[in-house]
Amino acid sequence: MNTIEAAVPMPSAARSFLDRDYSLRAWLTTLDHKRIAILYALGITGFFFLGGIAATLIRVNLVEPNGLLLNAETYNKAFTFHGVVMVWFFLIPSIPATLGNFLLPLMIGARDVAFPRLNLTSWYLYMMGGLFTVAALLAGGVDTGWTFYTPFSTMFSNTNVILVVVGVFVTGFSSILTGLNFIVTVHALRTPGMTWFRLPLFVWTMYAVSLVMVLATPVLAMTLALIGLERLAHVGIFDPALGGDPLLFQHLFWFYSHPAVYIMILPAMGVVSEIIACFVRRRVFGYQFMTYSILALAVIGFLVWGHHMFVSGQSMYASMVFSILSFIVAVPSAIKVFNWTATLRKGDITFEAPMLYALGFVGLFMMGGLTGLILAAPALDVPLTDTYFVIAHFHYVMVGGSVMAYLGGIHFWWPKITGKTYPEGWARSAAVLMFFGFNLTFFPQYILGYEGMPRRYHSYLPEFQVLNVLSSAGASILAVAYLLPIAYLLWSLRYGGVAGDNPWDARGLEWQTTSPPPKENFLRRPVVREAYAYDEPAP
Amino acid sequence: MSALSSLPQASSIAPQVDTLFWFMLALCVIVVVGVLIAIVSYSVKYRRGSRADRSGRQAQSLGVELTWTLIPLALFIGVFTWSLFVFAKMRSPPEASQTLYVVAKQWMWKTQHPGGQREINALHVPLGQPIRLTMTSEDVIHSFYVPAFRVKQDVLPGRYTELWFKATQLGTFPLFCAEYCGLDHARMGGNVVVMAPADFARWLEGHAGPQSLAARGAALFRAHGCSGCHGANASVHAPDLDGLYGRWVQLSDGSTVIADDRYIRDSILLPKKHLVAGFAPIMPSFSGQLSEEDLVALIAYLKSTSSVANDPPATGSESTHEHD
Repeated sequence: MNTIEAAVPMPSAARSFLDRDYSLRAWLTTLDHKRIAILYALGITGFFFLGGIAATLIRVNLVEPNGLLLNAETYNKAFTFHGVVMVWFFLIPSIPATLGNFLLPLMIGARDVAFPRLNLTSWYLYMMGGLFTVAALLAGGVDTGWTFYTPFSTMFSNTNVILVVVGVFVTGFSSILTGLNFIVTVHALRTPGMTWFRLPLFVWTMYAVSLVMVLATPVLAMTLALIGLERLAHVGIFDPALGGDPLLFQHLFWFYSHPAVYIMILPAMGVVSEIIACFVRRRVFGYQFMTYSILALAVIGFLVWGHHMFVSGQSMYASMVFSILSFIVAVPSAIKVFNWTATLRKGDITFEAPMLYALGFVGLFMMGGLTGLILAAPALDVPLTDTYFVIAHFHYVMVGGSVMAYLGGIHFWWPKITGKTYPEGWARSAAVLMFFGFNLTFFPQYILGYEGMPRRYHSYLPEFQVLNVLSSAGASILAVAYLLPIAYLLWSLRYGGVAGDNPWDARGLEWQTTSPPPKENFLRRPVVREAYAYDEPAP
Repeated sequence: MSALSSLPQASSIAPQVDTLFWFMLALCVIVVVGVLIAIVSYSVKYRRGSRADRSGRQAQSLGVELTWTLIPLALFIGVFTWSLFVFAKMRSPPEASQTLYVVAKQWMWKTQHPGGQREINALHVPLGQPIRLTMTSEDVIHSFYVPAFRVKQDVLPGRYTELWFKATQLGTFPLFCAEYCGLDHARMGGNVVVMAPADFARWLEGHAGPQSLAARGAALFRAHGCSGCHGANASVHAPDLDGLYGRWVQLSDGSTVIADDRYIRDSILLPKKHLVAGFAPIMPSFSGQLSEEDLVALIAYLKSTSSVANDPPATGSESTHEHD
């Protein structure tokens, strides 16, 4: 050991962003996008497990037709808790706020996002909204479902609707500000040479999703405020007894909440594109079509909200228009699946854990998307909507899709974020287990829905029991599969090997700096080439 | 019975829905299997270290991209069009439909037959007769869902929605509330009982109420003073309602509206919403004085005075705003 060298302090610039300013205060006041990403990851993981506990209660309860564990009131609060927490405090921020925050500046060769203070503010808004909501949900709970349908939520529910609505309202601003920050970052801070069509697809998805967050979330904020207004002051907006219109609520709510689906899935598509390109070692097939598809999803996603309302009393002709638009929005998704598949062709493929997650994503997302086509046809949506068929459909997209991609991304960039390697065998096992557990949980729900079991049922007819038991059995496997990564990733922080700067031999700019990166991101200016220059050696 | 499912096909629309469903499902399975085969075979063939030919790997092909953009698009437009026909049929009750009334409330279904028979959490209907349900809710949104018939329609407070079916199979079929409506949502169910027409006629006789729905409406029409203004000899200048049902009404703003269930309901509760041309806005609102079931009876009474043999042409449950 060379004692002289050890005695010389390293220049601060060479130290990683983790290996400095250790105090809690330094973390809570950090303006570094990488640290903020980690703060988000901690919050998001916490909320994911809270939402998971609610899911566990739901699945345990449904083992018995009359409800095994919970009474109707508690069950209704459990699925509301699950929905609210998973949608607003896990899925919406998951990839953008963690991987997006960490990677977006690195991928475009920037030192930070455009507005670092705003970035930290977003995290505080997110945490405040989240903790407030969870507190309200635990202290008494809310029984409206995450969709807050009126007039039930405004005039009939006797639970803490206002508190939860305030929590979600506050967190919405975190989304808006993050979106704003990312849009400006992508426009203003790309390093010289990083042209639009050299951007990694992940950056494209972050850009598109930011547009959606900035444009759609204010509508949610407004709608939630109107719920508060009607509930508190009895201003007749949604309740017909007060002169309001309950369908107005549904239009406003889905005008946000359908684009929100794309907030959840677009980033997942970005992550998967990066992973597949790396482990296939070639440029993503049809890069330009992929970027157009991303933008098409973001734009057309705004025009299909009425497909949630085919049986609501909405005009038959409106339903027909929303139906054709919903079929059209499926085209860019189909293009993406075909392009990922075509990318495998003539590749040089290895199957590390991130790749297993990514391939799992493609399969599950495809099934979720295709069953979405069935629901886009009004004649089929009429019997299937508000049944378990819909539950299965959106869990295939949101959980099979977004969560698989999120975990794939966490594994892919873990060496970059922490500088450590995780045990590969455990990681592969968890990915495979998750895939099987997921299918066992949610595939039976398609059949349940076709057979007519409505959603949000605390008890059900005995003929639905076998499929419910299967689903609950799958959920227990899924729970184990979600706990495994927590265990071995935490283990790796202490015992994991040293990752090196570019363990996957990947081509994105983030791999040109050290692992973990220094606070300034790059000590020397990165060499900018096309995002997927896998036919050339790494610089 | 559909061969692939235990769910009965008990209505005239069910087989058409199922044919489309199984077609689309088959399409989905073909795509899933095709893509999975491609993924697995590429994964094996092009695994690292394999000797497969990788020349020309970075080639991009506009033709390929357009192929898998346009073929799905064409297929989607095809199934969309097919679906439209089935959907339009679902939403268009035949002329010969018999109208029954459904009033939903937390957490029960109340159904009424024109003869005055009332049921709770049950609906008896004759086989082969198209049934049109005019539905409303006393509180929150519910949804009338009979899986065996493949029909579902949300039931809203403050307006009428409608749904129709023609039962094609005898038996008892579960009825669910499909729109979450609070505490006992899961228990807000019942049965639709399909009977042979002769049995149904006997059932109607055995369950006849003290008076028919229209007779009860006529009594309400007098008791609430409607007849004082709208009657034939009234001194107040108010529209004569005899034979109104099913006719087009000229409104003071120049538009016309058909006098259907919704129009009559709105005119009783919100008399200023549709002012009939040539009349002063002097009618008070009866909001709060009449229950949803009373309203249904009044409508049945007005319908009984009309020469329009049956229901007016369906404007659908959705035309609320067309004449606003």
